Amino acid sequence: MKNEYEPVIGLETHVELYTNTKMFCGCRLSFGEEKNIYTCPVCLGHPGSLPVINKKAIEYAAKIALALNCKIRKYTIFHRKNYFYPDMPKNYQISQYDLPLGVGGYLDIDIGSYIRRVGITRVHMEEDTGKLLHKGITGRISESEASIVDFNRAGTPLIEVVTEPDIRSPEEAKEYMIVLRNLILFLDVSDCSMEEGSLRCDANVSVRKTGEDKIGTKTEIKNLNSFKFLQKGLEYEVKRQIKVLEAGGGIIQQTRHYDSKTGTTKVLRSKEEAHDYRYFPEPDLVPIYIEDKMIEDIRKTIPELPSAKAKRFEKQYGLPKYDSSFLANNKSLADYFEQCCRHYNNAKNIAKWIMGDFSALLNKEKMTIKDSRVTPENLCKMLEIIDKGKINYKIAKSVFEEMFSTGKNPQKIIEDRGLEQISDEGLLEAVIEEVIKDNPGPVKQFKEGKDKAIGFLIGRVMAKTKGKANPGMVNEIIIKKLS
Amino acid sequence: MEIHYLTAHQLKDRLEKRQISCTEIVKSIYLRIEEVEDRLNSYIRLEKESALSRAGQIDKLISAGSDIEDFMGIPVAIKDNICTKNITTTCASRILENYIPIYNATVIDRLESRNYILAGKANMDEFAMGSSNENSYFGTVKNPWDTDRVPGGSSGGPAACVAAGEAACSLGSDTGGSIRQPASLCGVVGFKPTYGMVSRYGLVAFASSLDQIGPITRDVEDCAAMLNIICGHDRKDSTSINVEVPDYKSFLKADIKDMRIGVPKELMVEGIDREVKEAVYRIIKLAEDIGGIVEEISLPSLEYALSVYYIIAPSEASSNLSRFDGVRYGYRNVEAESLREMYRRSRVEGFGDEVKRRIIIGTYCLSAGYYDEYYEKAQRVRTLIIGDFKKAFEKFDVLISPTSPTTAFKIGEKIEDPLTMYLSDICTIPVNLAGLPAISIPAGLSGSKLPIGLQIIGNVLREDNVLKVAYSLEKVIGFTGRPGL
Repeated sequence: MKNEYEPVIGLETHVELYTNTKMFCGCRLSFGEEKNIYTCPVCLGHPGSLPVINKKAIEYAAKIALALNCKIRKYTIFHRKNYFYPDMPKNYQISQYDLPLGVGGYLDIDIGSYIRRVGITRVHMEEDTGKLLHKGITGRISESEASIVDFNRAGTPLIEVVTEPDIRSPEEAKEYMIVLRNLILFLDVSDCSMEEGSLRCDANVSVRKTGEDKIGTKTEIKNLNSFKFLQKGLEYEVKRQIKVLEAGGGIIQQTRHYDSKTGTTKVLRSKEEAHDYRYFPEPDLVPIYIEDKMIEDIRKTIPELPSAKAKRFEKQYGLPKYDSSFLANNKSLADYFEQCCRHYNNAKNIAKWIMGDFSALLNKEKMTIKDSRVTPENLCKMLEIIDKGKINYKIAKSVFEEMFSTGKNPQKIIEDRGLEQISDEGLLEAVIEEVIKDNPGPVKQFKEGKDKAIGFLIGRVMAKTKGKANPGMVNEIIIKKLS
Repeated sequence: MEIHYLTAHQLKDRLEKRQISCTEIVKSIYLRIEEVEDRLNSYIRLEKESALSRAGQIDKLISAGSDIEDFMGIPVAIKDNICTKNITTTCASRILENYIPIYNATVIDRLESRNYILAGKANMDEFAMGSSNENSYFGTVKNPWDTDRVPGGSSGGPAACVAAGEAACSLGSDTGGSIRQPASLCGVVGFKPTYGMVSRYGLVAFASSLDQIGPITRDVEDCAAMLNIICGHDRKDSTSINVEVPDYKSFLKADIKDMRIGVPKELMVEGIDREVKEAVYRIIKLAEDIGGIVEEISLPSLEYALSVYYIIAPSEASSNLSRFDGVRYGYRNVEAESLREMYRRSRVEGFGDEVKRRIIIGTYCLSAGYYDEYYEKAQRVRTLIIGDFKKAFEKFDVLISPTSPTTAFKIGEKIEDPLTMYLSDICTIPVNLAGLPAISIPAGLSGSKLPIGLQIIGNVLREDNVLKVAYSLEKVIGFTGRPGL
């Protein structure tokens, strides 16, 4: 990217809320079951059916808006957004327009060397569409032999979070999404899975010469459905726009589709082809009046958010800044960490394990810490055993692997497998004598000053004790015997 | 009198006295249908088999000693835009010709719980758009008083079948006069309740902020009894009002002494037939004779009601009718080779001209750049109309006017001239814009033996005043005319 250009990015993020029922009817939300089973006249858009607002969805949406520092409107209404598409049962989407639920908030993004404050223009509520499956080679509707619609998702409560054009790099955009996702996960109102599509993001992007105030012509990028694709797609688009401008061309306002296979963006439709959604107030619903008391009640349900939690972890547990935010940004990690802290007093040690070997295994198995079979109690027991010198780190690692796969108590694993560290000086001396006798070469080398040779000898002792020897003691005894 | 001309309360009386059975009632209604339906075309679908079997079951209940409630065992016609589970609901449109609802409208559930009998699904203007019932995919309904003339619309079928004795009463829907105007033209009683008093759940929407279901009956008493059943809060309709429902029959008192009756002069101007005006003046005299205080009043904003209506109603309709696209149900053009072509051809072939005209008007009014000038402005004028009525009701208990500016006109007379046709609803439309309750009762016959209707309008939720005045005037008018069919 050329230095004299600066990207100007704004994001529109859709989040599916996991309420018990849909936005405007009593159907359950679906999690990938059989198609078209969670449907009724309302979410199928049958003639004569009418929507009824799900109060829980409003609470959840308000919770997100408040956590994003938005003002909640006391008077808010729904609009109809009209356009034809087969995944929309009514050919209009019930959404919000000029009177959204939340307005004027912000979200701070810690980029490392600086903090970017991203303005939140609005948080509004709407309903999700059904899912289309196109039969055909390309998977596109225009080239498909037939298309199938699954209306299980139709009517799922959605919120849209729209930012100001405050984001200045693709990396910031990715960080924003990560922070937003963590925040919403903390609020426990959505599973925020980009893979499952419960968190989706479109980006508006333009570039301008650094130092200019005016915002250039923007393009809208769709199909940025992972953190990686968001960053990659934006990087490509920013480069593309700079190239066009450098060549003396102009940016055309259009909607572009990110193709993750080629890593490029392609025109979806131009400004002229843009829909006229013919918004008008939804006459089947009445306005929503939100009282101060309700706002306060919702505010009370907002838990400690990641940034505040990270600060507290630094202070309360003396963790380094990096560890604090690593743990605080993930609600289940943070909860797990604090549960451990109740059983064991070396917080740094706990953090080291959770962030190190534990996270590595979780990532490998594509699991979250919540699904793990290792209880905080057992992890702490293991740490105590290490502290007492009963097992060394290498053994601990293998014990932990077994704990991870079986959920067994570490003490039992150590006993069953006879893994307790040998710290009996007499016993160790006998083994060491033997090793010294059997390896005159390395012994000679060590005596000649080749310090490395001791490693070989320790390795032999370890092999003979099946790794159970206390490495510190072995080291000490060998040096004593050979000097 | 023939059984098929008895009112629901008269039939109830005879059922209670065991002078008649439900089976006999249903049979006589169907005999009448067989006699006149060829000439009228009031129904899109008849439910003879199920009606007879239902009647047999109800007869058993009665002989087992069951209490006889209002409308128990009474054949009722239902306008074909009210969803009936497992029974086609076409809205008189090709696009829904074979559409079978998977659920009942709330009003149908309520009637079923009272053991009513569905006589059939009544004909109407396509999607309730029209004032003459000439816009039906299933053919024009004829006026029982003169089969060369229209029955009015859009509830032409529900009004004609009640007038002709093809059902004891019916349910229609009223968006700009669609219950009251045909009731007027057919010489029966039609009531549009306060917006929100009757659940719209299961009424196929035309204009959501104006639509309201209501009864068409042969007298005011049946009308009140039907309101008792269909009115009341419904959680499935967010615009439904949550208030206690009074016993509407308790307002059936022939006493309007000292009641204040206003006559909006904007509804008595040019365009109203001389004979219609005279009938209204005659009734004003009768009202005064029995103690009513009648005065003229001006509601200046009513001048704009028609324009406002023909922006708001088509705008909402353009969106409400977008779901009819051939994708999930209804008519689909199967030759189309792309999605857009399927949408286009299904809708071009599925909708009639008037429906298309209103979709186009509405789409235009909501378009970017025109919204403020049309829809937004219309809503502001609508607020003025509501304000004018509010002021009028500070002074008056009810307002009266003609229901329709003319008596029934000839089939084909206005169909080529939409603007003239739209004027048919000039007296009824302001009521929908303000969400008020209003009734049309027969006011007498014209020189050419065609019914004239009187409209009585009440304030929001003041169905009581409307019913009181209607009941009192019905007594003194003493309309007993029957079509010579």
